Amino acid sequence: MSTSVAPSPGGSLLGRVTRLAEAATTPLLPRDYLDLFAPLRAGADLRGRIVAVEPETADAATIVIQPGADWAGHVPGQYVRIGIDVDGVRLWRAYSLTHGPRDDGRISITVKAVPDGKVSTHLVRAARPGTLVHLEQAAGEFVLPDEGTKMLFVTAGSGITPVIGMLRNLFPVADSGVVRLRRSAGYDITVVHVAPSEPDSIFLANLRALDEAGLIRLVARYDDVHGVLDIADLADLVPDVQERTTFACGPAGLLDALAAHHEEHGIPLLTEQFRVATVVAGEGGTVTFRDGTAVEADGGTPILDAAEQAGVLMPSGCRMGICYGCVLPMREGAVRDLRTGEITTAAPGDGVRIQTCISAAAGACDLDH
Amino acid sequence: MTVLQKKPTNPIAHLTPADIEQIGVELDAIRQSVIDSRGESDAAYIRSVIDAQRKLELGSRAVLLVSLFPPAWVLGTAGLAVAKIIENMEIGHNVMHGQWDWMRDPKIHSTTWEWDNASPSEQWKHSHNELHHTYTNVIGKDNDLGYGIMRVDEDQRWVPFYLAQPLWNFLNACFFEYGIAAYDLELGKNLATKKRRSSPEFRARAKVTLKKIRQQMTKDYVIHPILSGPSALTTLGANATANLVRNLWTNSVILCGHFPEGVETFERRSINGETRGEWYLRQMLGSANISGSKAMHFMTGNLSHQIEHHLFPDLPSNRYAEIAPQVRALFDKYGLTYTTGSLPRQVASAWRKVIRLSLPNDFGAKAQAAVLELGRPARRTEDSTAA
Repeated sequence: MSTSVAPSPGGSLLGRVTRLAEAATTPLLPRDYLDLFAPLRAGADLRGRIVAVEPETADAATIVIQPGADWAGHVPGQYVRIGIDVDGVRLWRAYSLTHGPRDDGRISITVKAVPDGKVSTHLVRAARPGTLVHLEQAAGEFVLPDEGTKMLFVTAGSGITPVIGMLRNLFPVADSGVVRLRRSAGYDITVVHVAPSEPDSIFLANLRALDEAGLIRLVARYDDVHGVLDIADLADLVPDVQERTTFACGPAGLLDALAAHHEEHGIPLLTEQFRVATVVAGEGGTVTFRDGTAVEADGGTPILDAAEQAGVLMPSGCRMGICYGCVLPMREGAVRDLRTGEITTAAPGDGVRIQTCISAAAGACDLDH
Repeated sequence: MTVLQKKPTNPIAHLTPADIEQIGVELDAIRQSVIDSRGESDAAYIRSVIDAQRKLELGSRAVLLVSLFPPAWVLGTAGLAVAKIIENMEIGHNVMHGQWDWMRDPKIHSTTWEWDNASPSEQWKHSHNELHHTYTNVIGKDNDLGYGIMRVDEDQRWVPFYLAQPLWNFLNACFFEYGIAAYDLELGKNLATKKRRSSPEFRARAKVTLKKIRQQMTKDYVIHPILSGPSALTTLGANATANLVRNLWTNSVILCGHFPEGVETFERRSINGETRGEWYLRQMLGSANISGSKAMHFMTGNLSHQIEHHLFPDLPSNRYAEIAPQVRALFDKYGLTYTTGSLPRQVASAWRKVIRLSLPNDFGAKAQAAVLELGRPARRTEDSTAA
């Protein structure tokens, strides 16, 4: 349901028909009715439909999605934010697109079910073909250079996903084997992939096939066999590391170590960190507002009260959690329901709406107000 | 009714402050049990209701394109009336309460929903969610007690205007959506003085309401009739009838929520420093349910579970039926009266009160006394002598 009326196109016939349709459907909009029948049509909010869930390893799967007509395409290495309803609650996460642009127009993401990961577990274990998901356009600067060059990919765990997207685009695998494209000939690629143990390695078969075909050089490192990778040893694994541009994707610890190492040796580095959506909830925190005002709120005081005491003009109502007159979007942060102790968290882009009159800060909170 | 605090036998005199707080604890536990189990099936429920309601409305309006044909008129009008009732009650009212905010779906959210009704959502949420649900049945604080046009409690002061309140109630029922819009604008109060009339805040709100009314009327009384071509007039009649049926139905259901006999009212100063337990207790005693079939509950937007709704206004409406037995058991445990009855009985009870209170409180006694006096002139002489 939407109440905002789109700017009416001028006096054209289409504009007149649009205005008539809006007048006939008010207080809803024509699209609220069209969505019932064609949720993926051009002009609709960007959505997609899951068409297949393909297992990759015991705890990872590739989700193939038919995006809506307005999907603008992507470049290998980019990611997409996906909103999916888990237990009835819409949750948003970012995942790398693991196929280059496909002929059938579909997109795919590969997801590893992480412990306590609501969305990843749902996608791997419970998602079914036919499910409607919500999408944003592809984004991300972590993309393949246009010109062939010497590259090193350092990936850890599911950090392999954007890299797989790039590799599949360069070296598509057909039934007859790996396809050698002319445009891919100039790329000289080494992949250092780190995982806790071998069976957990997503896309291992894919990487090995490329390695065996001589298209990439794969250096797989498993913590249980080789011990935890020490970045200082990188030059031993990749002797020509100095000549390569490094693309790295993985947890913050690995990226920080790489950044320090590469800065010391003057090697170019491009990184992408996958934000793990685990906001650690504490007691109280700084609440910030759109105009930059920052209010210190303790863990026992409603954000509404703390903000008002600091002079912020806040929407309010019953002040006891029943009227929803104080609801504001939280751009990022964590709050605790003072009645039940329940924690609500928001990652950037989520815009989770919270009742400020019964919510106390449980960490730094950024409110869109 | 008379405010609870002035009653000869106070129905909560037997409860200690500890009892009242314990009631709060037990109600919180019921609330939590629903929150803990709220999930995919509830989300699927509201989405299927919205889906079905929109298709019913589309279908009914399509049928009405040929409303010149009498069976089409009957079918289309009935379908549209039902669609409007579902939109206002099971969907609109409940979404605007934030019952579905937990789904984080921006299209089914209290902050974005606009309903098929004259009053803009923003204003309705203020007068209903914030004022009525917070100050339920507190004389002088809860304007839902008679909507400012009727006297529904002995403790509301009588003025001659109330003599005609059965008529006011009937007219309000027929034009209920506009009555709500006027009420949300506090039209009576705001038109009373020049200062209030010209206040920029009031004028801005009135402008929003008038725009909404214009859009609503254009849709039902201009656009769809014109689209019906030769059936224009019959479609106009059909839309007016559907709106009237919706108005009468919603008004009847809403009268049953707080006006039937057995519902308690409260003195203004009784809520000073009210605890959570006391607030819950006021909601328990200040609301009345309607008993009936599943279909009836659905068509009232589950406001037939008014007691459960007032205790937990933000729990999904499809869950009220399931917690009603637990709530009722709590009433029994603490010796409180769970007011409920069939729709005809509760509507009649509310109407009886509207008629009775159109006259001053002591009118019946005085009239009776006057009649008796007329019959016994001698005694009156004695009395006056004695006096």
